[in-house]
Amino acid sequence: MAQLKSLADFEKLRDEITGKRDPNKPCITICAGSGCIASGSPKVADAFIEELKNQGLQDKIDLRQTGCHGFCEKGTLVVIHPEHICYIQVQPEDIPEIITETITNGNVIERLLYVDPETGEKIAHEQDIPFYKYQDRLIFGNNSKTDPKNIDDYIALSGYSALAKTLFKMNTEEVLLEIKKSGLRGRGGGGFPTGRKWEEAARISSDIKYVIVNADEGDPGAYMDRSVLEGNPHSVLEGLIIGAYAVGAHEGFIYVRAEYPLAVENVGIAIKQAEDYGLLGKDILGSGFDFTITVHRGAGAFISGESSALMSAIEGQVGEPRPKHIHTVVKGVFDRPSVLNNVETWANVPIIIDKGADLYASVGTEGSTGTKIFSLVGKVNNTGLVEVPMGTSIRDIVFKIGGGIPGGKKFKAVQTGGPSGGCIPEALIDSPVDFDELTKLGAMMGSGGMIVLDEDTCMVDMARYFIDFLKDESCGKCTPCREGITQMLGILNDLCEGRGEEGDLELIEAIAEVTRAASLCALGQTAPNPVLTTIQYFRDEYEAHIRERRCPAGVCKALFSYYIDPEKCKACMICLRNCPVDAIIGEKGQIHVIDQAKCTKCGTCFDMCPDRFGAVTKVSGTVPTALPLEERVIQKGK
Amino acid sequence: MEIELAKVDEVVDKYKGDEGMLIQILQDVQGEFRWLPKEALERVCKKLSIPISRAYRIATFYTAFSLEPRGRHLVNVCLGTACHVRGGSRILEKLEQSLDITAGHTTPDQKYSLERVNCLGCCALGPVITVDEEAHGRLVVKDIDAILDGYE
Ligand SMILES: Cc1cc2nc3c(=O)[nH]c(=O)nc-3n(C[C@H](O)[C@H](O)[C@H](O)COP(=O)(O)O)c2cc1C
Ligand code: SF4
Ligand code: FES
Repeated sequence: MAQLKSLADFEKLRDEITGKRDPNKPCITICAGSGCIASGSPKVADAFIEELKNQGLQDKIDLRQTGCHGFCEKGTLVVIHPEHICYIQVQPEDIPEIITETITNGNVIERLLYVDPETGEKIAHEQDIPFYKYQDRLIFGNNSKTDPKNIDDYIALSGYSALAKTLFKMNTEEVLLEIKKSGLRGRGGGGFPTGRKWEEAARISSDIKYVIVNADEGDPGAYMDRSVLEGNPHSVLEGLIIGAYAVGAHEGFIYVRAEYPLAVENVGIAIKQAEDYGLLGKDILGSGFDFTITVHRGAGAFISGESSALMSAIEGQVGEPRPKHIHTVVKGVFDRPSVLNNVETWANVPIIIDKGADLYASVGTEGSTGTKIFSLVGKVNNTGLVEVPMGTSIRDIVFKIGGGIPGGKKFKAVQTGGPSGGCIPEALIDSPVDFDELTKLGAMMGSGGMIVLDEDTCMVDMARYFIDFLKDESCGKCTPCREGITQMLGILNDLCEGRGEEGDLELIEAIAEVTRAASLCALGQTAPNPVLTTIQYFRDEYEAHIRERRCPAGVCKALFSYYIDPEKCKACMICLRNCPVDAIIGEKGQIHVIDQAKCTKCGTCFDMCPDRFGAVTKVSGTVPTALPLEERVIQKGK
Repeated sequence: MEIELAKVDEVVDKYKGDEGMLIQILQDVQGEFRWLPKEALERVCKKLSIPISRAYRIATFYTAFSLEPRGRHLVNVCLGTACHVRGGSRILEKLEQSLDITAGHTTPDQKYSLERVNCLGCCALGPVITVDEEAHGRLVVKDIDAILDGYE
């Protein structure tokens, strides 16, 4: 591959690539994101390769294994272009039929289509499926069109054009101004204005400066950074090079968590390909600008995603926060000026340069411009990655795009912002989602986790879950964080296990106040949020745990028992056979009874009992005594 | 325990003996042995001329490192938020019961090690576990035994 030495070389290459591509040539795209890989997409891809060969079609049809399409719930996803026919839950056995029927004969295969659960209508085209229809995929859109391991795919969709524009048509001041005008705010949690951060770094004179991608993505339940990095790594690289040019850095780091091996692989390939083309390295495109990137793998520590901790980790030290009397923008990695931004923040940069700040800022709200990718997960029908303009309401995200709550259950809350965020109750479901609105509600944008909770979720348990998470993840160097979290956890454990007392909530609030005020880093400062928001919005649930020793959602194991209603039990043996600890007594024709002493409350019987019987229930307090053996006979005709 | 120190040397040399790459070096060493034997840590530190305490500090700080031998297969159970609300802890209980070990330990026959992790990045498919690098999603308790039987 020849190195590109000038703007003209680059434009020539781009024209060559696009010239070779016929937009009307049939192309099969198979999602090869981590979600679909788990659902078996590599086998589906192999089956396509084989079948195209069998039918002698390998030269007539393009096959592309792309980044994550976002609708992970329905994987493996296959989309056939140019018609955009979308097949869901595709299995290797389906491939011969897809080739013969759809590719050769032009017919849609009904059984592989998405069915709208509300109308029962089968939907053939990707863009008509409600999950996609209401999204605005500015950042994420190219994921499903490109093979992340092939730089030409990215260039064909005008990739690296923003870089070329930056290097040859803009000076650093113009780039800084454009980013400032765009209103871009950091997508990694804090929402700090990116342009201001860059400007501060640009103003410092230093021969060495660094730019860094934060791909630690520690927020449990969020995976959009993974999908962008795996699915469209060049968009992040391009943003990073532009940022480096703007602030005057010649070295960059990408800090990826170890749990994301595919992201590490794809970023490595992307860097190599960009270097081969001369888009990275010495004298990029002959502009005189030098820039190199090193990839660092994290090793499993949430706190290492915090800016100063991440910089310590890059130096080979333990990834613990340091006091930031001087900002890391001024003194970061090896005490040099360092600009750290989140994956998604960097991916926004080429789009801003390409479209222009004004057009970019026309999407979203005044204080939060552009779009945001959310990881819509938990108790919602269409789980997956969802990109919407800032300011979209929670209701639209959960119901229009997410398709509502499974099993006819009631929506209870959404949790945003991960362990630093909070739970937003149903009453506030029409709130627009942007940085400032969420903060006003006591939650936080965070990195984009949006976990939907239904009526079967206990809010005390949720709070306990996050505090337990933070107890493990606090680095422990400051007392208010270490001890405050431990004490809050102790109280929450008491509540969940039936030892709650009057005054506990006031005590938690007092501890929370100190933890928030006196911790060094944002982990400790925001740790009380999950507890305080649940107390604020769901106080009655806390009180039920304390005053009545009752868990209204039936989650806290110490506060309920499983019980088989003898009136409803049909003695079908299903629960009995599936109980992992043989705690169910009974036989065919004999009403089943749970031996409470043996029961581990795993819930298998509750899940297995057929819906039409609904005999297994959860009861608070004492369990009714079982019928005497002779009365457990199922009478005929009953 | 006898270990091949030449493999350790290879890793350290790959990073040109740069002590700033210590975390990466330990990851690659663990990649070789599936855990961090004491002899390997001593060798790394000697070659980098750093005190052994620094390697131990890192090895105990990050959850990915293990100072005990691990089984042939590593089972990671996700207890991230998305998996938690969909019953991840029940999957963990079932695994603990089937393997007869608690999380953080290895079966006596050295076949499986069981760990709890905070998010595997497949949240839409929760609850999720990975066995080595293979992910299994949308799990219910009764899937577990079949999955465990599927590995040698
Ligand atoms: C405990 C903790 C964990 C964090 N983890 C991440 C993370 O995984 N990814 C991320 O981008 N930012 C994370 N952050 C935020 C970073 O400190 C930093 O603000 C961010 O990377 C800056 O980039 P942005 O301005 O583009 O958002 C974390 C912060 C804290 C306090
Ligand atoms: S606030 Fe907590 S996590 Fe942050 S530095 Fe202090 S102890 Fe460590
Ligand atoms: S929460 Fe389990 S994979 Fe993310």
